[in-house]
Amino acid sequence: MNKKKKKGFRPGYDRATQFQLHTLMLPGTILMLMFSIVPLFGLLLAFKNYKVVEGIKGVFTSPWYGFQNFKIIFGNFDFRRMLTNTLGINLIGNLVGILAAIGFALFINEIAHAKFKSVVQTVTYMPHFISWVVFGSIIITLLSGDGGLFNQILLKLGVIKTPIVFMAQPKYFWAIAILSNLVKELGWSTILYTAAISGVDQELYEAADLDGASRIQKMRYVTLPCIKGTIVIMVIFAVAGIMNNNFDQIFVLQNPFNIERSEVIDTYIYKVGMQQLQFGMAAAVNIFKSILAIILLGIANFVSNKLTDNGLF
Amino acid sequence: MNKIKSKREKRYQAVLTAVMILIMLITVYPVWYSLINSLNSAQDIAKNGFAMILPGEFSVDSWKSVLKNPEIFRAFGITLSRTVIVTILQTMITAMFAYGFSRENLTGKKFYTAIGFLSMYLNGGVIAYFILFNALHIYNTYWVYIIPCLFGGFYNVIIFNTNCKAIPDSLFESAKIDGASEYTVFFKIVIPLSKPVISALGIFTAVGTWNDYSQTLYYTKSSEIQTLSYYMLSITKSSASAAQLGETMSAGASSVLTTMSNSAANYKTIELACMVLSALPLIIIYPFAQKFFEKGVMVGSVKG
Repeated sequence: MNKKKKKGFRPGYDRATQFQLHTLMLPGTILMLMFSIVPLFGLLLAFKNYKVVEGIKGVFTSPWYGFQNFKIIFGNFDFRRMLTNTLGINLIGNLVGILAAIGFALFINEIAHAKFKSVVQTVTYMPHFISWVVFGSIIITLLSGDGGLFNQILLKLGVIKTPIVFMAQPKYFWAIAILSNLVKELGWSTILYTAAISGVDQELYEAADLDGASRIQKMRYVTLPCIKGTIVIMVIFAVAGIMNNNFDQIFVLQNPFNIERSEVIDTYIYKVGMQQLQFGMAAAVNIFKSILAIILLGIANFVSNKLTDNGLF
Repeated sequence: MNKIKSKREKRYQAVLTAVMILIMLITVYPVWYSLINSLNSAQDIAKNGFAMILPGEFSVDSWKSVLKNPEIFRAFGITLSRTVIVTILQTMITAMFAYGFSRENLTGKKFYTAIGFLSMYLNGGVIAYFILFNALHIYNTYWVYIIPCLFGGFYNVIIFNTNCKAIPDSLFESAKIDGASEYTVFFKIVIPLSKPVISALGIFTAVGTWNDYSQTLYYTKSSEIQTLSYYMLSITKSSASAAQLGETMSAGASSVLTTMSNSAANYKTIELACMVLSALPLIIIYPFAQKFFEKGVMVGSVKG
């Protein structure tokens, strides 16, 4: 504080303060540069003919390959299959997930007893915090062909004569992936909607009561319009993330028997890149995915701005 | 009129309560199912299939073999130490960065914003990390669990930033007049006032780190440094269970209720005991941490 006050000196811009602020930020900055910015060289690999043995230098010295990697990928039979799976699981899953979350949030809000309400929330949030390895293998056990719960029930009810090995039949995979995700995330996915609902002005409900509105009418004409903003944002995020399958989930549930319906972009990148060591091709798929995601985010945002005057940016 | 309405209301609440209880049972059941079957004897499962509500024949054999297994013990240790170190350091480093970033008088803010958003929207992909970690010589070492995970990402910075902005300026000004440095301001004012956000972000980091298996899957190869999650992944995906699947596929057509062999059932109960063991820490801390989880999401949504 014994610094001489020069002309144009602004408090907080002195050298000591700036030094202290920048040193506080230094560890974070170094880590971000090192582990987020530097790895962007990976984008180059898509246009290179790179071999593992070349190390990190090889990223820059290896020969250019043009769009050859992309051509190989797009021509691949596997590629179309995994694109279908990615989009199918995500589109249906998001549709079911968002509708279920909104519905569940609306009914949680209807619970009169405050304590019971918070118990419902606490209990249904719980599976969100269990890892997919654990949850996935429990699902596999539940669906097991030898004495798993579903087969036991179906056999007892006489619906089936012989047990179904659900995990080994491709046709069940989408349903398993979507429903297991629903059970695990239903509670947690309501959290933003319940927050939005609790912010709705209570006077609106009182006014609706005076007009003799039924429960359903109150949901339809008061609650839903009031939480429209939240719903729009969640839909935009869902659309932007349509190329992102949950690797953790799919990888656990995947096995050689159901691969036909369980191969998605992220497991494909893992297989091509880390197991077959075709780095260029894996990088090409990664770029394809990122570009598509950015375009989708743009479209979703544009459409929602036009339709509802409500967008992310 | 009023009486009829309240009667209807009561009936409605009763139905609602019943439905909610049903949903809660469905959510909790998978965990319960693995718990009771881990406590079921393998012979009983081989004979009658998996238990549904309570163990058919109570046995702690699988738990004994899990707790005696040195590999699980080591994996547990690695996971625990990694979770503690990453949670503490990551929360600290992210908070320090976010505080600096939140100050109006910070010079070079454009640079930080640029790298922040770049890191949020683009990523080099698994392959780039593989090459980088090899070049840094942390591939297949314990450090690969720690060093790359020490920064919480720009999204957490934004959340923390919102929190810093909510602290009244007069507090900072009076501290500065008293001659406090930025370090003192951060540790003596910002940290104590940010406890809710710090705990929320810390808990999310801890849960994420505890549950993560991809770091092990992608960037390590020796079994000495595998984490608990990865260990379980390898059990689940092991050749034994894949073979089991194929076996039942071919056998399924002939017998009415296929049950597994004793050894397969034994393997399965051990697997389930392992699952419960790894989920246990989360289930135990969950009720205490739950209010922070919620707060963490709320803080994030303020920005959105």
